[in-house]
This record gives sequence, structure tokens and C-alpha cells, in this order.
Amino acid sequence: MSARNDADVSGALLLPERFGAWFAGRGWAPRAHQLDLLRLAREGRSALLVAPTGAGKTLAGFLPSLVDLAEKPARKAAAAPAEPVGRAPPQRRSGLHTLYISPLKALAVDVARNLYAPAEEMGLAIRIETRTGDTPASKRQRQRSDPPEILLTTPEQLALLLASADAPYLFGSLKRVVLDELHALVTSKRGDLLSLGLARLFTLAPDLQTVGLSATVKDPADLARFLTPQRAGTPSAAVVMAAAGAAPAVSILETAERLPWSGHSARHAAGELYAAIKAHRTTLVFVNTRSQAEMLFQLLWTINEENLPIALHHGSLDVAQRRRVEDAMAAGKLKAVVCTSSLDLGIDWGDVDLVLNIGAPKGSSRLMQRIGRANHRLDEPSRAVLVPANRFEVMECRAALEAIDRGAQDTEPLRAGALDVLCQHVLGMACAGPMEEAALYEEVRSAAPYAGLDAATFQDVIAFVATGGYALKSYERFAKIRRDKKGLWRVAHPSVAQRYRMNVGTIVESPMLKVRLVRSVRGPAGGPSGPLMRGGRVLGEVEEYFVEGLVPGDTFVFSGEVLRYEALVENEVYVARSASREPKVPAYAGGKFPLSTFLADGVRRMLSEPAEWRKLPAQVAEWLELQRAVSVIPGRDQLLVETFPRGDRFHLVAYPFEGRLAHQTLGMLLTRRLERRGLRPMGFVANDYSLSVWGLSDLGAAIRRGDLSVAALFDEDMLGDDLEAWLDESQMMKRTFRTCAVIAGLIERRHPGKEKTGRQVTISTDLVYDVLRRHEPGHLLLRAARAEPGSVRCCHASAGESCTVTSNASRRWRCPSCWRSAASRSMARRARRCWPRRRRRSSPMPA
Amino acid sequence: MTAPTETVISLSGRPFVADASGALWCAAARLLIVSDLHLEKGSSLAARRLHLPPYDTAQTLARLAAVIARYRPRAVISLGDSFHDRAGPGRMATCDVATLKSLQAGRDWIWIAGNHDPVLEGAVDGDCRAEMVEGAIRFAHEPTAVPAAGEIAGHLHPCVTVVARGGSVRRKAFVSCETRIVMPAFGAFTGGLDIRAPAIRSLFPERMTVFALGEQRAYRVAA
Repeated sequence: MSARNDADVSGALLLPERFGAWFAGRGWAPRAHQLDLLRLAREGRSALLVAPTGAGKTLAGFLPSLVDLAEKPARKAAAAPAEPVGRAPPQRRSGLHTLYISPLKALAVDVARNLYAPAEEMGLAIRIETRTGDTPASKRQRQRSDPPEILLTTPEQLALLLASADAPYLFGSLKRVVLDELHALVTSKRGDLLSLGLARLFTLAPDLQTVGLSATVKDPADLARFLTPQRAGTPSAAVVMAAAGAAPAVSILETAERLPWSGHSARHAAGELYAAIKAHRTTLVFVNTRSQAEMLFQLLWTINEENLPIALHHGSLDVAQRRRVEDAMAAGKLKAVVCTSSLDLGIDWGDVDLVLNIGAPKGSSRLMQRIGRANHRLDEPSRAVLVPANRFEVMECRAALEAIDRGAQDTEPLRAGALDVLCQHVLGMACAGPMEEAALYEEVRSAAPYAGLDAATFQDVIAFVATGGYALKSYERFAKIRRDKKGLWRVAHPSVAQRYRMNVGTIVESPMLKVRLVRSVRGPAGGPSGPLMRGGRVLGEVEEYFVEGLVPGDTFVFSGEVLRYEALVENEVYVARSASREPKVPAYAGGKFPLSTFLADGVRRMLSEPAEWRKLPAQVAEWLELQRAVSVIPGRDQLLVETFPRGDRFHLVAYPFEGRLAHQTLGMLLTRRLERRGLRPMGFVANDYSLSVWGLSDLGAAIRRGDLSVAALFDEDMLGDDLEAWLDESQMMKRTFRTCAVIAGLIERRHPGKEKTGRQVTISTDLVYDVLRRHEPGHLLLRAARAEPGSVRCCHASAGESCTVTSNASRRWRCPSCWRSAASRSMARRARRCWPRRRRRSSPMPA
Repeated sequence: MTAPTETVISLSGRPFVADASGALWCAAARLLIVSDLHLEKGSSLAARRLHLPPYDTAQTLARLAAVIARYRPRAVISLGDSFHDRAGPGRMATCDVATLKSLQAGRDWIWIAGNHDPVLEGAVDGDCRAEMVEGAIRFAHEPTAVPAAGEIAGHLHPCVTVVARGGSVRRKAFVSCETRIVMPAFGAFTGGLDIRAPAIRSLFPERMTVFALGEQRAYRVAA
């Protein structure tokens, strides 16, 4: 092992004897980064450990805790800094020493299991327990009064523990916090919630040390900010980079079949995929969306002549079914699993020796993490094959490969904290006990995502939590929190705290409907006849908005089968097996949008340099030549726009290569402008490379006549007004608003005793959204919804302020006033430069 | 001013205009009918510490004022569930009370009792009744299983999903047949019940005609 020398020199000093003996007994030596963490812990410093999968990250995170606990077994409990409210503290041995937080329940349980062994083998008398939503109430109660030394839990459970009056007692003795898979946590609202919880932990236990465990990220120093209070004088967390493992062996599938121009199914490669699965022990087949997973799974089974055990795993399958697949996987009973990002993180599957990544990799960091799932051992290279599903994706895969060779990472920088999460946290803190506004403000700002929070916004948050924060002050008497005589905020009624506990968390599922298999009620003629058969098997769940677009009789692929939509009965979708092989509705588009990518930049470069085409498979190079012959190859700073008739419609396709979110925004803008010019657009669709607008009038002819100017169509000056109005009306905004409303506590997920279904919640938040937009457009919740990365928006720099980037999309799509200066390329200029000479009959755009 | 083209629903031989706002207009009697205003729904939920925006009453009344200004009715019937709860009138903001009074001035105003507001007598101006019969037509909050001749009711908040070209919109709707009209809910915070739901379906054993509310007028759509 490469760390052997380091270990010999410093290990003896840092590691107590029984630890050294334990390592030696297993034929291991502690790795350099494990000892580094131990040394930093001795110095009292927090640390971020960046290490690839399989580097012994978890043990590294816990080693300082185990050593500390082993050295002071009979240590007295540290005095809690504040007097617990309600009851006298019972006698306890040492109190909570280390808190471990993971993004997945299953991971917390798995890590606990992996900790028991070394603790036992070294003869350490340490209590290690987990606490998740599944932990029985009696055990949870006991954990509060008599906490274990090491507690493994999730961000939501931490929020709950912190919102109780005994939090000072429970966390006063805390020495260390270990945050696992930090790179994954910080990109979401759960990360925001965790950062606020961490800020409170630093208040309760000022000498606390934190350890972040992360996969490789672009900017480790930025991520390390998450781990310490952002105050002047507080030293930042040290960054420890573990030695990189063996370079992964990644290749692109060179298919012998005809590679399609469009589509994401990789149907052409099914035979080759099957052969690869057959040739390996266990294969993970990653795809980007649930619909792809469904399709590919079905495809593999149609050719699975040897009945290989191939399973399916994605987020909308029934939990029981998912658990069965996971268990079978852990037991080594499966040959392959087709999965979405639901298996990106976490549990060690051990025996995976091949990762197949279908379709566009979408981002180099994400791809590397997926590849790391193979072989989970540092010294053996991971083996992975990228399988492009169309010719565009070949270029993206090529760009991804180059990024892996360079070790280029593309993880997002630390996000700005969401306001709806802050609202939830503020209420939680009031539930914990009387709170002082100024002190809480300082505490909140010490959390890295909220470091930039201004006092006025914080006051708005308090006002929202108290009475909804409306300009019309009519709800004073219905307040949730009130100031007492000393000026401290207290909950107005015990039921407020109870309801807070029922609604904690940041994961708001989009309203889902159960899919139930019933016997078909249609006769051969296809008309409805007789009552539906009730009581079939539940196949899983689909988003409500998908069902809203269906008409009875439509067929779609779900749970690996072609199903026919029969009826919507209460909260269940009744479906029947369909004899048809070709689903009418092509995709059950599970998951909102796949990630957009910086790899597009690589694709654009590759495209603009015909010399590069030789590196691509012959089919792809030919295809590009064809494009050059029929249309135009856009240069790196050009935008290609094509128009053509097809079917009974006219299409306009633009290729900005700016990622799907930006294209979605641009699509809205273009349709709105075309509509205004009376050109009757009917819809648009966007992918990561291009967008297509279609309509009933001939756009190409309008351009030739001079009725429509391409430059004006893509003009940047109109951007602001158009989008504001349009986006506010969009379904996407309404869905985002709903999430914010639930997280902030405007509406509830469920009431004690009666579960409010997603359907009901959707209805009321849409109405609330409309009313609020009309009467109080600056309301905190609308601001929260608009700041959401998923809700594509332009940013607006108000007078004198510099422009702030508010969303993924707006990084390139800036508002008119700042666009020209900030963006490297101007869409309008690109549009003027590159207008195709001829109309084309078809387009290579993947649908 | 009226909408570009009026959508007329006839009941017991009398024509009613289905207005895009969700109100029903009987020109002959100069009678305007609205249903399920659910005034003060926001404050009703706020009392349970769900702080929904307090603007729903103002918005509902503003929309009502616009319809009244267009048709200048002699009488207005509010078909029940006018307030979200019995205490609603007491929670109304002063300005909303004033708006309501101005709408009531110079015309008859009939509050039909609903399940949310069974007793309004004394809490508001206007004529409070359990139900009302005028000519062959009965005005009530809840539809009866088998109406005798003609019935106009509310209560069910019908909505229809119109699917077209890969997209779908959900709109409030009038649902009718020869013997009855079920009106859409008028209030700003009122949700909807899909017309395929058994509660609505069972009222129309023969067939139902559905008029979805559009921007300018109501449109007849396939049930």
C-alpha cells in the first residue's frame, strides 16, 4: 500500500496500540489520509476529506472519534451549557460524542453495521446507534434521555432533535460531526437545512469539530466553507486530498450497429449490452431518466434468452420492490441492475465489475462517481463503458472521456441557502425554546449558504413564520410565534410545535398517483364497457401531471411493461396490460429534467473543428459531413437556426448548445415572440443541444419574405418583460411554488390523523400562487420560488447593484442590462452570422 | 359590455348565459347567479394557523363587482357556501364589507344557505333563505338526486380537464342536462372536483353537457 511509509513514521505517534494491532491483524496499514484526519483532530481542526470511492473514507471519518473514545472510556459528561427545560437530566455515562449524518437512511444503517465490527474487534465499549424515520418511538425517546456515544442519522432527524427543548442537554457534550457524501448533500435544500442545523450545533457545542467526506469536487476549498462557522476569526476547515486510486478504464462502446440520429433508448446497442452483461460478474447499467430505465429494462428482457437475473431500480417503483432488488444485489444474486441515479450514492455493492452508462453522461463529476461504483476497491481500476444512444451523445461521451483524462470536475459551487428552508428552521428554533432574533440572525449567517443573508430578508422570514408576512396585517391573532415581554420569540401554542414536527424536511414529492394493474375493460372494439376490475397489484407511482396529459386508451411504458391507461379512480391510476409493443405516449418522463452540462462546451468545440471528427466513429463523422453538405456547421461563436416543414407543421430548430434549462427558457421566449408576431407557434421542445419550435405557419417563408427577422427573434433587448410574465404563469413555477409553500410551512404535508393527499395540495397552492402574485408580488415565498435553480429565470440587477446569478440557466441567460458585458457570446450576434443557406427536409435533432 | 359570443344554456325552456367568470345570467329576469364564493376562506384557514394570503375575499368581490358592472342585475343570488364558515362575515375587513354593501345597493340580494354557511341571518345584509323557487326553477346549494323540473345548484365545484395536442388545461365548468345546471365555484380559493368523479357523474345518468370557462367566454367541451 502506498501509504505504508507515512504510516510507519507518524502512525505510531497517532494511533493507540490496539488500533495499530487491529490494522496489522487485518493485514492493513492506516492510509495517509486516515492519519491526517487523526492529526487534524488532535489539533482541534475541522477537515474536509476528498477521496475517491473505496479509499476507506468512512473509517477515516470515524477513526478520531474511536481513538478519542478509546482513550477516555470513563470520562465524565461535559456540563451542558444551558439548563435543559422540563426535567432533570438523568445520570449518563458520557453523553453523545459523535454525530454522523448521511443523505440516505440506508447508508446510515449500513455504516453503523460496518462500525460495529472494528469497535468490537478492538474491544471498545462504545454504543453506536442509528436514528431514522424507521426507529421505533420508544428507542427514539430513550436516545434523548440516554444518548449513545455515536449516533448515525439524517439531516431531517437532526432538525427534529434540534427543535426540542432538550437539544442543549443532548448536544452539549458533542465533540465531532461526520458528514458523509457531503458533495451530494450540499447541492440541495437538504444541504441548506443541514447547514442551519450545523450552525445551531456550533452554538450548543462551541468546540465542535466537523469532518466532511466527499467525492472529488471541482473546488474543495469552497465546499470546506460548509464545515465551519463563517465568522471572522474562525479558522477554516483543512482540506485533505486522498491519493487518487487507479485510473478508471473507461471506453465508449463502438457499436457495430447503425447508430441512430435521435432517441435515448440505446435500442440499437441492446445486443452488445447483453453480451457485456453476460461477460461480467455483476453490471450496473446507469441511465438518466426513469423512462429510459423502463425502456431499456424491457428491451434487455426481450432478448434475455438465457434468463439472466436482470433487475430494475428507480425512484418511483414500489419501496418493497426496490428493497428486494437491493437485497438480491447485496447477496450477489443479480447479473445486472438497470438503474437511475437512485443507485448513484451510498451502499457498497461490492462485486460490481462493470458499469455501463447509457446515453449522455451529463457531467464529468457525476460520471466519475458512477464509474466509481465498480469494484469499490482503490487499487483496482474501475471498468466502465459509455454507451451513446444517438450521434450527438457520441460527441458528449467523447468530451466526457477527455474530461476524465484531465481529471476535470464540474460540480456546482456552494449554493445560496433557500429562504423556504430558513423559514422552516426559524420555526424549529422557536419550538426549541424562546429565541432572540438578533442572536439567531448571527447564527444563521454563520452557515455558509446563508452567509450573505441581509437583515431585511431575515426580518421578512420572521414575519412570514409569525403571521404569513403579508402587507395586510390581519393575522396577528392567529400568529404561530409571538414576542414575549422580554422581546423573545416563542411559539404561540403547543400545537405549533407538534405540527412543525409533522412537516419537517425539504423533500416534497411531486404529487404522485399509484399505478394499479387491473384487468382490461375494453372489448375488442376498444370502447368502455362495464365496471373496472378493482384490487389489482400496485406497480408503482407516476407524477400526477403525466396522467393529466393522458386520455383513456393511451399506452405507455411503466414498470417494464406496455400499459394502457384505463381510468383515474380517486388517487389511483388504473392500467391494464396492453398487447401493443409500441407505446403511443413515448415517454413516461420520470424525473423533472436531467442535469444540464458543461460538456456541451466540449461538444461545440468538437463540432466546430472538422479535424477533430476523425476521432469520432465513422458513422458520426459521416453524419457531420452530411450536415455540412445540407446545412451549416456552426462555428464556436455561432448559432445555427434551421427551418423546415415536416408533417402538417413547420419547424424552427436552433442549436445553442447551452443546456436544457437555458433552452427551456429560450423556447418560452421564442414561442411568445412568434405568437406576438401572429406566426401561431404551437409548442416547443428542448434538449441539451437544441430546441425546436413548431407551428402552423411557414416560418421559413416568413423569414425569406422579411416578415420575420431572425436577429429580432433572438434579440436580447426584449428578454426581461417577456419572460417575467410567461414564467410566472408556467406550470413549472407553480410546481416550484408548491414545494416552497410546503417547506416553508404555508401549507402542511399532513395533519395529525388525516393525511392530506398531494392532489389536494396542488389545487390549493396554484390558487394561492395566483392570488399572491396579483396582490403581493414581492412576497417572500414568491421570491423563494423564483430563486429556485429549477425555475428558469432571468436575473435582474436593480439600480447600482451588480448582477447576481440566480439559476443554472441564467448563468448564460442574463438579463438585458447585464448580458452584453457579462456573457462571452451574444446569441443575437451568433444568430446573424449563421443563417443556413437552404431549407432542410429533416433535422438530426434527438427528440 | 358582454363577451364576444355568448354561451347559452337553456333550462326548462329559459335561456341562461354561462359567463366566463363562472356566473350565470338570466337576461329576462335580470337575474345574476353565482355559487360557492367561499368568502374569508383564507382567514378561516389562518385561524388554524395556516397563513394563506388574506386577499381572497377582496379578489372574489372584485371579480363579482366586474360581472355586476357588466350585467347590472336587478337581483343577485348567491347559491350557498358564500362564506367559508359561519364566522366568516365577522372576520371580513372593513373595506371588503364596504365593497359588498356597494354591490348590494339598489338590487335584491339573496343568500341561499350552504353547508359551510347554514345560518347567515343577521350576520350580513340581504335576504337569507334555505332555497328558492322562481317559476319552474329551483335554486339550491346542493343538487337533489332527481330534480322535478329545473334546478340550478352549486356545491360540487365542477372542473374539467381538456386535453389537446399533448397538453392539458384544467378549467372550472358548468355541467348541465335538460333538468339541471351545476355551477362552477366562483371564489378565489375554491378548488375543483373533476366532472368524472362519481358525485357529479351520478347526477347525470343520461348525458352531461360541459361548458369550460375560457378567457372570454365559456366553451362547450366533450364530457
